[in-house]
Amino acid sequence: MGFATSVLLGLAGLFALAWVLRAGARSILTGQSRSIALDMPLTAAFGLLVIAIYAAVAIAAPALAPFPEREIVGTQFEAWSSEHVLGTDRIGRDILSRLIYGARNTVGIAFATTALAFVVGSILGLWAALTGGWLDQVLSRFVDALMSIPALIFSLLLLTIFGTSVLTLILVIAAVDATRVFRLARAVAQGIVVMDYIEAAKLRGEGAWFLIRREILPNAMAPLVAEFGLRFCFVFLTISSLSFLGLGIKPPTADWGSMVRDNATLITFGDVTPLLPAGCIALLTVAVNFVVDWQLHRASGLKES
Amino acid sequence: MIALRFALGIGLLFIVSLIIFGATELLPGDLAQQILGQGATPETLAALREQLGLNDPAPVRYWNWLSGALTGDFGVSLSNGRPISELIGARLGNTVFLALYAAALAVPISLVLGILAALWRNSIFDRAANAGALTAISFPEFFVAYILVLWLAQTGLFPSMVRINPATTFGDRIYMTFLPALTLTLVVTAHMMRMTRAAIINLMASPYIEMARLKGLSPLRIVLRHALPNALAPIINVIALNLAYLITGVVVVEVVFVYPGLGQLMVDAVSNRDIAVVQAVALIFAGAYVALNLIADVLSTITNPRLMHRR
Repeated sequence: MGFATSVLLGLAGLFALAWVLRAGARSILTGQSRSIALDMPLTAAFGLLVIAIYAAVAIAAPALAPFPEREIVGTQFEAWSSEHVLGTDRIGRDILSRLIYGARNTVGIAFATTALAFVVGSILGLWAALTGGWLDQVLSRFVDALMSIPALIFSLLLLTIFGTSVLTLILVIAAVDATRVFRLARAVAQGIVVMDYIEAAKLRGEGAWFLIRREILPNAMAPLVAEFGLRFCFVFLTISSLSFLGLGIKPPTADWGSMVRDNATLITFGDVTPLLPAGCIALLTVAVNFVVDWQLHRASGLKES
Repeated sequence: MIALRFALGIGLLFIVSLIIFGATELLPGDLAQQILGQGATPETLAALREQLGLNDPAPVRYWNWLSGALTGDFGVSLSNGRPISELIGARLGNTVFLALYAAALAVPISLVLGILAALWRNSIFDRAANAGALTAISFPEFFVAYILVLWLAQTGLFPSMVRINPATTFGDRIYMTFLPALTLTLVVTAHMMRMTRAAIINLMASPYIEMARLKGLSPLRIVLRHALPNALAPIINVIALNLAYLITGVVVVEVVFVYPGLGQLMVDAVSNRDIAVVQAVALIFAGAYVALNLIADVLSTITNPRLMHRR
């Protein structure tokens, strides 16, 4: 299979580039950033490189894409050619351009959702741990109850009620995900609120918001950052799955999940084009997971798992 | 101990049903308004409200819905007026069949792989299995599914669409459902394998394993006879968690393979905004999820004497 080998070669090339960049970073950097580069496994360097490439593509999408995102520029299902590098889709839009814009839409929406879930979930979690008492009990039991329903099923239920627009999608997934963040943030903060310096700050007369922002959050940052990566992967996969099911981001907005759905018929003819957007999703989640794995390893201080 | 856990499980199911029912109360306007749209006349709205029983207070409607659901009567679908129990009937069986099929493949594979990875820790096999597992966790289900279609269905080995009717024999079913089941297997095996490995490696550091090693027992015997029985509780938990995960996994996989199951029904109902069907299917899925977690808790209590006879 010629296509599979070229994909493998591309991945190997990325790994080689990551290795070169890491070696470069090791020789140029000094001090603490050098020790981070020395400690970094090749998989994490690969992950960082892939994330950087995705970010660059998302930012520079209009400059990189040969055709506009939503315009019909050819006949339907054209084959790969020099004009349309990856062919055209069901109604004649250029697939390469839509893949490039998809980096902006799909990743952007997933990122916004994760960020929203994090702000809401971690503030509530830290607040519950700090205040304790009935507030903590009410919030925790409520979250426990919500978490006893599988996330995808609960999202589908909420989407039925509120309709399936992009805004409701973001809000619904963020709400469902915030419950998971709440649990972690609360668990982490519970170990911190019993410390003497929190007691001291309370006696100084600081308010709850100051305590959360200046005393608890800096000390809870490491596990929360790792969790952010994991949550991002999860949210990203959920949104892609929903788009694939036709319930998430909808055409004409270019989105990887719905692109797979739209062009899936081509697969039965042995054409790999519909797999490309799915591959983009998979590559990014693998990359983020590699980086998170390394961060967790560093945070736990283990040399051997 | 176990009786208490069962009582808690029943209570949780009750709360879940409350949430699923209560979610509809968040509807902007009400159900009748939702179905008929903005242009409905007050008379037709009133008639539909009467027909759906929306004039009763919420607790009464909840009671009617729950007692109906417990006896298998979920009301009628809003989009086509057919009884929901009729829509669910055969599909429930199909979905359970698919989930069990995937579990029957995934559980033995991941246990064997996990034990081998723990046994040959830090070998090439272990590293490859770990990297493979991390990669598999990161793939969207539909990606795995379509790769399998491209490889195995293109060559004509297995059908890429599942056409099941009541007359299909068991052997044909196994054959036709192979690709969806394999997809689900690949998705859940990774996680189960990693957790099995972690549970066993954790135990391998304890003094009684050191003792067994000093006695000169073979590594395989140490893992199977000394480590595995104590690792059972966490492994059972992970298996149950992943079976519960299969419940949500089936939704996407069923759509890819056009498999006539509950997941497909739910997706169709969501796009038609058929809230009655969505509620019914969500209740079934959530119920199965809660039940699986309950079973896992009970089983891990039974396998661990320290939990069984806790003071």
